[in-house]
Amino acid sequence: MLQALEGSQAVAQAVALCRPQVIAAYPITPQTHIVENISKLVADGKLKCEFISVESEFSAASVVLGAAIAGSRAYTATASQGILLMAEVLYNIAGLRVPLVMTCANRAISSPLSIWNDQQDSMAVRDAGWIQLYCADNQEAVDTTIQAYRIAERTELPVMVCMDGFTLTHTLEGIDIPTQEQVDSFLPKYKFSRTLDPQNPISIGTLVSPDFYSEARHSHHSAILNAEAEIIAADQDWEKISGRNSGGLLTVVGPAEAKVAVLTIGSVYGTLRAAMDEFDLEQPVKLIHLRSFRPFPIDALKVVCKDLDHVIILERAIGLGSGSIIGLEVLAALTELDKPPKVHKFAAGLGGRDIPLEILPRLLATLNEPSDGRFRIFDVELDKLPKEDR
Amino acid sequence: MIEIRIHGRGGQGNVVAAYLLAMAAFEEGRYGQAFPNFGAERRGAPVIAFVRIANKHILRRNQILTPAFLIIQDEALLHVSGVTDGLLPDGKILVNSPQSSDELSQQLGKEVISIQASMLAKKILGRPVPNTTLLAAFFALTGMLSQESLSKVLKHKFKDIVLEKNLLLIQKAVELVPAGLWQQETTNVTSS
Repeated sequence: MLQALEGSQAVAQAVALCRPQVIAAYPITPQTHIVENISKLVADGKLKCEFISVESEFSAASVVLGAAIAGSRAYTATASQGILLMAEVLYNIAGLRVPLVMTCANRAISSPLSIWNDQQDSMAVRDAGWIQLYCADNQEAVDTTIQAYRIAERTELPVMVCMDGFTLTHTLEGIDIPTQEQVDSFLPKYKFSRTLDPQNPISIGTLVSPDFYSEARHSHHSAILNAEAEIIAADQDWEKISGRNSGGLLTVVGPAEAKVAVLTIGSVYGTLRAAMDEFDLEQPVKLIHLRSFRPFPIDALKVVCKDLDHVIILERAIGLGSGSIIGLEVLAALTELDKPPKVHKFAAGLGGRDIPLEILPRLLATLNEPSDGRFRIFDVELDKLPKEDR
Repeated sequence: MIEIRIHGRGGQGNVVAAYLLAMAAFEEGRYGQAFPNFGAERRGAPVIAFVRIANKHILRRNQILTPAFLIIQDEALLHVSGVTDGLLPDGKILVNSPQSSDELSQQLGKEVISIQASMLAKKILGRPVPNTTLLAAFFALTGMLSQESLSKVLKHKFKDIVLEKNLLLIQKAVELVPAGLWQQETTNVTSS
């Protein structure tokens, strides 16, 4: 049913509809409202589930890891410093190939301390072996949460659902919450092929010698790449039930003849789409929303970028000491094309800085300027810095 | 699309006011979006919340820099720099203040309607929380959304005695302002 809900409230309801059996979480801004709402559903008897309050994110991740291996569908959520404190366990969850779903309410990383939105946190664990899906709006956050369980359980890989902190988590808007019947028809009961069973003991997490470590990594890497098919299938099958899709691996909008595209991930996609309608742009432009960052959809990107002259990357994180994170991966993927488009790399909206509609025409205007093609922070105000830091 | 910015202080129900406004729009089959601009939340600190109301799906998620309306929950904030920034040329201000509307309009060079929302809330609710009083007055001034929708969303948000008192409060609040005074401006920004 379509309801006016805060993003966090909607995600809490979506999680409950997936019938998790164990939830462990430690509150951190801006994830707090998600787990508060879930704990209320549990306290009110609306969700039958073991809700375990833990003393840290390290424990939250450890509890859900144990729960999932012991045969329970499990859930956790975190952000920012929380995800960094989880980092060790996140690698273990993925390496043990355990199906789990976690929401990351994207927030900047200390230091300097910031409670506001960017995507440095999930980017910091991008190579931990999780599937990472980014949500453009709150409806996608609801739908992706539900899809994430099916993807995780079919691929035996953990899925991180990334939604922008505050911009999505604290925004109230009309959101369709599916019915229990819809979710039940999409998501079968949790079954894990390697559930711990005292009658059939197995060893997990054992020492792997150099003879097999590379093979374990290859297997894990291939499993994530192969998850593309499950991500697409989950979105298509959910569309048959709900009437909505979230774009599968990525979404493209804009005129077919456009030679320029702006590629982004997360909620700034909505602002860019509004900007497309608002301004009389100098040239036709496409927008690409990259929903799946892990697996990184190389083939899908090549298809949508093959006739383009320019791809402008707009990301909300920075590879300190290198520059663009998403941009480098896009660049690497597109070099496989005969005539790859030029890739322009920008970060904006770091630590919660507002991204206004005007950013779209301003990004397009950079194509007329002489450029060395190097990454820069687009909205940096250098006059705020001492001369030697500019 | 109508853009509204609400200024208040932590503890005055700023975010609740924004959410109620968007929920009321949703009740009437329109599109509403509400979100706070949080700082490190603490009682008394200046806080801002944003509301958009439209007849089609709202895509943008940037902060509202050029609102058509300002709702100010604490009159002292009128004198804080930046609070009235970006208000559209014929934009209007609704403020919780014991000063008269004329006096404030003259001071600010903008059309201001002031009501003693805290005082009324203190009398009826027993606490000087001005948000629902201001909302009821705003609905009456603009005619944008009905009092019935406000009552409905209050029923989602509150219950028992708090709900009863709030429903009485919004009835009284409507009497404090000339109904439909800002109707024309509302129609102008809606159609643009």
